[in-house]
Amino acid sequence: MLENYLPILLFLAIGAAFGVLPLMAGFVLGPRRPDPEKLSPYECGFEAFEDARMKFDVRYYLVAILFIIFDLEIAFLFPWAVVLDRIGTAGLVAMGIFLAILVVGFVYEWKKGALEWE
Amino acid sequence: MALTFQQFLFYAFAAVLVGAALGVITARNPVHSVLYLVLAFFTSAALWLLMEAEFLALTLVLVYVGAVMVLFLFVVMMLDIDLAALRAGFTRYLPLGLVVAALIVWEMASVLGPARFGPGRVAAPAPHGAGYSNTKALGETLYTQHLYAFEVAALILLVAIVAAIALTLRRRPDTRRQDPARQVRVRRRDRVRLVRMAPERRPAPAASEPGGRTGTEEA
Repeated sequence: MLENYLPILLFLAIGAAFGVLPLMAGFVLGPRRPDPEKLSPYECGFEAFEDARMKFDVRYYLVAILFIIFDLEIAFLFPWAVVLDRIGTAGLVAMGIFLAILVVGFVYEWKKGALEWE
Repeated sequence: MALTFQQFLFYAFAAVLVGAALGVITARNPVHSVLYLVLAFFTSAALWLLMEAEFLALTLVLVYVGAVMVLFLFVVMMLDIDLAALRAGFTRYLPLGLVVAALIVWEMASVLGPARFGPGRVAAPAPHGAGYSNTKALGETLYTQHLYAFEVAALILLVAIVAAIALTLRRRPDTRRQDPARQVRVRRRDRVRLVRMAPERRPAPAASEPGGRTGTEEA
């Protein structure tokens, strides 16, 4: 089975080389004239007004977490779809119950207004 | 002892994994920690792939690297973290942290130690042919033998939905918002009123006041 993944291994190796080699080449071959100004934050010619980090509304994370939960639900659908012809009606009903339980959660978040952006 | 190619790959990925895991806890910048964690997930996916657990490996990349770590990165990049304040309690919490760490090491060692785990105790699974589908094998056991656990997983996800909403959803009564349905349904007569009025007589040039006042007041 693993021989199927040889192209991906080659891809990983080439990708790593592609990322690392230019950086190394620049590090070795390029001129080095360090200056503190080169690393200082730059904001359209002004001094930086404030830090990039700030308080963010928690609802961004709510949307992301809800996405992850339904992403996991989709992950359960993949092996089910592959073997659907072998597990028969029992498997179909099982997935129906699984989805029904999650639809309860979906209805809850819909009615609660968690998907609404005020 | 000659290494087979698979063994070489295992040691290479394991070395990268251990290095990345060390990077997670030693990097000073939390964003770098998260990126090290992404690398750790990728390499553990590669290790799972070496164990022929291809579905789990791809799910790890898809769900953890694709979604969970992006969320983590989002949180860590945006969050207002004061690193000095985080480090302030370091020595105070160090003993408790060491106790917890020792406990975890002891637990894992007692489960994964040579007495219970290892090539002597658990036989290595036989390698499968090129046509073997791990996803199919997983589906056939998951939806027949482990049906109950599968439905419990749905309940856990449901609890996660409810908990996430209960913890983070808060209304903001002061925000102004548009109702597109009402915007679409509006008619001209709700907004515009035509008023018929006699034309205005222009005053004599001598008595004119500074501009801007005349038109608006009588409209």
